[in-house]
Formats: sequence, C-alpha cells, structure tokens
Amino acid sequence: MSEKSEHSHKSKKERLPRQPMPEQPPKERIHNFKEVPFGYSPEQALAEASRCLKCKKPGCVPSCPVEVDIPGFISLVAEGKFFEAAAKIRETNSLPAVCGRVCPQEDQCESGCVLGKKWDPVAIGRLERFVADYDRLHGSFQMPPMASPTGKRVAVVGSGPAGLTLAGDLIKKGHEVTIFEALHEPGGVLIYGIPEFRLPKEIVKAEVNYLQKLGVRIETDVVVGKTLTVDELFEEEGYNAVFLGVGAGLPVFMNIPGENLCGVYSANEYLTRSNLMKAYLFPDYDTPIAVGRNVVVLGAGNVAMDSARTALRLGAETVRIVYRRSRAEMPARAEEIHHAEEEGIVFELLTNPVRFLGDDRGWVKAMECVRMELGEPDASGRRRPVPIPGSEFILETDMAIVAIGTTANPLIPSTTSGLETNKWGYIVTDETGRTSKKGVWAGGDIVTGSATVILAMGAGRKAARAIDEYLMSL
Amino acid sequence: MFEILEKKQMAQGTVCMFRLKAPRIARKTRPGQFVILRANERGERIPLTVAETHPEQGWIRIYFQVVGKTTAMLARMAPGEIIQDVIGPLGVPTHVDKVGTVICVGGGLGVAVIYPITRAFFDAGNHVIAIIGARTKELLILEQEMNSVCHELHVTTDDGSYGRHGFVTDVLKELLEQRKDVGMVMGIGPVPMMRFLCKTTQPFGVKTMVSLNPIMVDGTGMCGACRVRVGGQTRFCCVHGPDFDGHQVDFEELSKRLMMYVPQERESYQRFQAEVAGGSSR
Ligand SMILES: Cc1cc2nc3c(=O)[nH]c(=O)nc-3n(C[C@H](O)[C@H](O)[C@H](O)COP(=O)(O)OP(=O)(O)OC[C@H]3O[C@@H](n4cnc5c(N)ncnc54)[C@H](O)[C@@H]3O)c2cc1C
Ligand SMILES: Cc1cc2nc3c(=O)[nH]c(=O)nc-3n(C[C@H](O)[C@H](O)[C@H](O)COP(=O)(O)OP(=O)(O)OC[C@H]3O[C@@H](n4cnc5c(N)ncnc54)[C@H](O)[C@@H]3O)c2cc1C
Ligand code: SF4
Ligand code: FES
Repeated sequence: MSEKSEHSHKSKKERLPRQPMPEQPPKERIHNFKEVPFGYSPEQALAEASRCLKCKKPGCVPSCPVEVDIPGFISLVAEGKFFEAAAKIRETNSLPAVCGRVCPQEDQCESGCVLGKKWDPVAIGRLERFVADYDRLHGSFQMPPMASPTGKRVAVVGSGPAGLTLAGDLIKKGHEVTIFEALHEPGGVLIYGIPEFRLPKEIVKAEVNYLQKLGVRIETDVVVGKTLTVDELFEEEGYNAVFLGVGAGLPVFMNIPGENLCGVYSANEYLTRSNLMKAYLFPDYDTPIAVGRNVVVLGAGNVAMDSARTALRLGAETVRIVYRRSRAEMPARAEEIHHAEEEGIVFELLTNPVRFLGDDRGWVKAMECVRMELGEPDASGRRRPVPIPGSEFILETDMAIVAIGTTANPLIPSTTSGLETNKWGYIVTDETGRTSKKGVWAGGDIVTGSATVILAMGAGRKAARAIDEYLMSL
Repeated sequence: MFEILEKKQMAQGTVCMFRLKAPRIARKTRPGQFVILRANERGERIPLTVAETHPEQGWIRIYFQVVGKTTAMLARMAPGEIIQDVIGPLGVPTHVDKVGTVICVGGGLGVAVIYPITRAFFDAGNHVIAIIGARTKELLILEQEMNSVCHELHVTTDDGSYGRHGFVTDVLKELLEQRKDVGMVMGIGPVPMMRFLCKTTQPFGVKTMVSLNPIMVDGTGMCGACRVRVGGQTRFCCVHGPDFDGHQVDFEELSKRLMMYVPQERESYQRFQAEVAGGSSR
C-alpha cells in the first residue's frame, strides 16, 4: 500500500462521523404509534463501533450507573460478534433493549466518552440497542449460570426496572423470587408510562419473559398494602426478605381553579389509558380517551414530551408545551425535545398557568396563563421563575395534561409497621437500600423520587447484593 | 385467573350477580370496599363493590347493572368462565361505629352496594332502618337480604307498583321528622338520588355519608381519574373514599365528570351489540 492510501485510511477513521440512526419522518410518524427510530443495520453498527478508541482508561464506563463494560462490548460489535456483545452487556445490565432506547445517554455514558471532547461521542446507546435487538430477534435463549437453590425466598413489590433488575440478580444467586404487581401487567412505567412509539411493549414483555424463564414468578393484580401487607408477606407467605420497588406514582396537580374540569388529565391517567389500556386502539380495545384538538401540556420533562407526542398521534391539531422556566432548564432528554420539535409541538416557555376555564358542560375551554422571567437562583440552583405582573393572557384549549411530576404513594408506608419515610413520603434507606424495617429493602423512584430507568436499575442491583448477603447470613 | 362460580340474573336481566373465586380478596375485604375488574385482554378496568365475602371458601359476591359494553359483556359470561383480572380490595372500608340509630338508603343498584354496609351497622349493635327503592317493582333487588339485616325496612317504587309510591327520600324525610334519635344516614344510589338525599337531610343536621362512583382506572391513587371535590378540596375517591360526607360533596362536578366519555361509550356499546347480534344470527 502506498503511503498516501495509508494516510487517507487513518484520517478516514478519525473523521468517520457518528452514524445517524434512520427514523420515521415526522410527517408520517405523527399519525401512528410505531417506534420512531428504526435502529442501526449491522453495517451501521460495525461502522459506529469502529469509531471507539477502546481507551485503556475509558471515560464512558464510570458514567454508567450499572458499569457496563462499554469498550468490551463495542469491541465485540466491531468484530461482528453480536451475540457475544449482548452477553457482555447482560453481565451487568438486565434490560439492555430498554436502556438502549430510553437512557439519557448524553448525560451518562456518552458524556464521559473521550471522543466527545473534540468530536461526537460514540453512539453507545444506539449500539446497545442494536446489540439487544439483534440478540432478541436472532439469538436463542441460553440459561445463564445459576447458583444452586438456597431455599431462601424473596418477595419483590413492584415490577418496574428496580424490581425487575433485583429479581434477575437474586434468582441467579439461587434464591426463590416472586414479584407482586398491582396492575394487570408487569413493567412499571415501562408499560404504563412510556409510549409504544418510544419503547415498544413487545420489548418490555420479552425482558419480563426472560426473567420468567430464569424462574422468577410474577403475580399481577396484587396490591401490596391492600390485597396483602408487607407483614403478611413475612408471616403468612413465608418470605425471608422483601424489596419495595413501587415507584413514585402519585400524580401532582397544580392546585389551581378548574383543575377538575373534564378534559384536564394528569399525565399518569392520560398515558395509562393510552399505553397500558391501549386506548389509542379504541374501539378495538374498550378503554376510551378524550381526543383534544388544541392540547396544552404543563411541564417539560420526559413525561410531558410523551404526553404531548401521544396527543398529537391521537389526532390533536396543535399541541403546546407550557413551561414556567426557559429552554435551558427543560428536564426532558435532548432526543425527546428534538423529536417533539420535529413533530411540530410548540413550546410556550417562561409561561405559567393560573387557572382553567370551563364551558357549561364542565369541559375545559381555555387556560389563563402569566408570563414569567428568571430571577435569583433557588434551592435547586436554577434561577427561580417569577411572574411578570399584568402579563396574563388566555390560551384557548380543549384539553390539558398536567405533567409536573409525581410523588410517593403512601399505601405501603401507611400499612407497614416500622417503615421510616422522609417528609415527602419517600422511603428512607441506607446506601444498600436497607430500610428501617428488618428484612425490607427499597430502591428506585420510591427512595429517590422520580429519576431514571438506569438509576432504578442501579438501586435494584445494589439491594440485590445486600439482600443476598443478608439471606446467606440467616 | 378468577373463575365465575355462580351467576344469577335479576331485575329483568338488568342486574347480574356473580360469585367469583378470589381467595386473597375474600380474606381482606371489609364492607364498603370494592374491586376493579377487567373481563378480558382488551377490556376496560371497571370498579364494582364487593357485596359479600366468604373468606374460608375463598369467594366474593358482586352485583352489577348492565349500562354499557363491559357490564353487558360480563352479563353474557357463564359459570366456569374466567375473569381476566380482579384487583382489590380497594378503597377505605366504611367507618362503622355504634351510633344509635342509623338509616341506610339504597336506590336501584345502590341496594347491592349498601347491603354489606347495612349488615355491618346491624352487627355493630345499631338500630338500623333501611329504605330501598326502585323505579318499578321488577327492578327492586335484594329485598329479602336487606330485610334480614335491619330492624325496619321501607320499600318505595317510583310508579307505585310495589311498596310505597314515591321516592326513598320521601320516606327518609318523614322518618327524620318523626324521630330525633337518628345519628347517621348512609345513602347510595345514582348521583341525582344521592344529591337529593343530602338536600333532604341537610335541614335536620344529620350526618350523611354517601359512596361515590366516579370513573376510575387503576384504583390505587396513581392516575387521578377519580378525583372528586369534597369540602372544596380535591380527593381521590379510590384511596380517600369511596365514602364521603355528603353535605360536602360537589355533586355537580361529579355528574359532569361521569359524562366525560359518553360518545365513546355509546359507540363501543353499539358496536358490541351489533357484534353480538351478528354472532347469534349465524
Ligand atoms: C412517562 C414517563 C416517561 C419516562 N421517560 C424516561 C426516559 O426516557 N428515560 C429514563 O431513564 N426514565 C424515564 N422515566 C422515569 C423512569 O421510568 C422511572 O424513573 C423508573 O421507571 C422508576 O422505576 P421503579 O422501578 O422505581 O418504579 P416504576 O417503574 O414506577 O414501577 C413501580 C411498579 O410498582 C407497582 N406498584 C406500586 N405500588 C404497588 C403496590 N402497593 N403493590 C404492588 N405493586 C405496586 C406499580 O404499579 C409499578 O408497576 C419516565 C417516566 C415516566 C412516567
Ligand atoms: C367505587 C365504585 C363502586 C361501584 N360499584 C358498583 C357496583 O357494585 N355495581 C355496579 O353495577 N356498578 C358499580 N359502579 C359503577 C360501575 O363501575 C360502572 O357502572 C361501570 O364501570 C360501567 O361500565 P360499562 O363499560 O358497562 O359502561 P360504560 O358504557 O363504559 O359507562 C356507562 C357509565 O358508567 C360510568 N363509568 C364508565 N366507566 C367507568 C369506570 N371505569 N369507573 C366508574 N364508572 C364508570 C360512567 O358514568 C358512564 O357514563 C361502581 C363505581 C365505583 C366508582
Ligand atoms: S470513552 Fe468513548 S472511545 Fe473510549 S472506550 Fe468509551 S466509548 Fe470508546
Ligand atoms: S382511580 Fe386512579 S387515582 Fe383513583
């Protein structure tokens, strides 16, 4: 080879751009609930994997809460060993197809990637998604190494990412694991909250199915605190340890006039109707959902983006995100904001709702808002929005979705003796997830408040380690 | 998996009783609590009150009125068939104290809902007066059962075909005028009836509890669909109720919220009726 071609080869490698992920065009996708990005082809995955420098001291790994061996799995992808790459990820991450889709990678692994300092970071999330999908579609189930049965029994309350991760870890250690779920389908927010166009339910089901193949039992339709109490799980059902991964599912309202008008939804109700109950397929499915023409969504997190994009797909003509701070403070993932904008969602920033106005049938018809400006930083370190006097205005709307957050459900603490909670109702634990009650651990949103899938998984993993030690010491 | 053990149709087929196998729920349910059930894979989640339980044999009894697709579909199911999901018990049990004299009022299907509560007040040693009513004789349900759990039973029909001609509230008003010892009134029925009942008791200053029936989804406090305004405050009926102080309830808001899905419900019911008709003619 000539010097020239070798040189060009090298610079080509350096300059190989981050591979874009093909996706449904916005005009098309706002009319369906199919997944937006299509995922990488094997060729694109090979090209993207070849960008990784396989750093000796990788910046990506410490930025991953479950410490996936990122350069390790990417090397395997680069060699075309897709199944091996999947097994590598699964060593520490039990929900790769989920994380590859919904993790805020730009704040996590990809934020640490050394390539990102000068160039675009490796698309770690997209590669993770590719590998997990490839494995699910082409691989055959292989039993991972399992410890011999210990005879110890663990009850997991809640089947969100925290509970699922913990169940997977403990069953592999030889313990008997049963998950109790209040709803009729396991998966937590992955099933009832995050829409199909972002996380197909088939994928969540496949992950749950994998756990069942490992021997995890799942009992749906059991509301712990009502159908069974935590104390009964120990005393009557004979469990040796209990993990509470019940999420932070209580919707927060703004407490402004008109909030109970017809057409004013909590994001939880709106998304649960659409996702869990499949109201977007009404009347083939029985659960109805109201279809707004001019929809406002209050809040600017992932939940708000999901609500707004769902409203659009259900047939809204205009959808507005109304948020009291500015663009820089919007808590949603960059990709979700980008997708929402592409789909034509309008952002009314620095705007706060004051009250809802209704018609004589009790339906919302407008919302009074006030413009805001940013003042001094508050406790969260963000500049506090303050209303501009006299800037009130009326926004016509026939549906409002309140997506300003959730808090802890008091159901379990109020029916469980000796379980300490903090002033917001979240369960208090040490760093291993151990609660004030003997034999009880907790993790995920019910401990931290609304956070992310990967942090909930990290909490499940830590608690699994601690529960295993506890069980083996009994 | 929740098996239908027994089925009975009553009130000219507009009301149906199921005995369902649900051992855990049977053990836990107290009067005033309800379950949420989903008939099948594509079904809606609907709340129904538990009217009776048998903890040892592991079953619960529910009554439902056929008003739309889900209840119509349920009414076509037979013993031995399986209800996909039954979740509960949900809600706060009715607060049952010894208060002296209690009047329990049930209208229409509300009789089934008030039946376990009436029994609980009776068992707690109260003097229990029950008033039950229906539009017409054939629609009256559970008269015998109610009779066995109270000291005094009054029956009314709107058209005078049975019992007293008139509304349950007519009898209630008379009783309140006659006796000064009524400690509490509990009323359950259609929203307009509960609203009128609270109006009736208001001048007498008698504590009046009602069991509300807003639209629900999860029943565990997660969605906020079931919010009702009580004493100016928003409450979630599924976790704070279903019983509330009737004099504090914003019935107008409740009525409007109950109408939210009428067009879709109608569409869904009509489709179902057409399917059923098409299926049976084949
Ligand atoms: C609409 C939406 C979009 C989101 N988007 C993202 C995203 O893009 N990326 C990201 O990283 N994070 C996202 N999140 C946040 C993320 O989903 C949560 O942080 C995560 O799911 C928390 O996991 P968890 O296991 O703690 O609880 P959850 O997922 O909330 O699961 C808890 C489960 O416990 C069950 N449960 C509750 N109480 C009981 C009881 N008493 N008995 C039995 N079962 C009970 C619930 O029904 C539920 O199934 C989003 C959240 C929402 C709501
Ligand atoms: C706590 C509680 C206890 C109840 N107990 C009983 C009972 O013991 N027996 C009984 O017959 N009915 C009871 N109901 C009412 C029952 O849930 C509704 O009749 C049923 O949901 C109607 O469903 P459908 O599909 O047949 O009718 P649809 O056509 O869907 O609706 C008909 C009407 O029922 C109401 N409704 C619809 N969906 C719901 C829902 N998900 N939740 C509540 N109401 C709804 C609305 O007012 C609607 O206009 C109770 C309701 C509540 C909240
Ligand atoms: S930091 Fe970036 S380039 Fe380095 S190993 Fe991780 S993904 Fe590869
Ligand atoms: S039914 Fe969802 S909060 Fe009550």
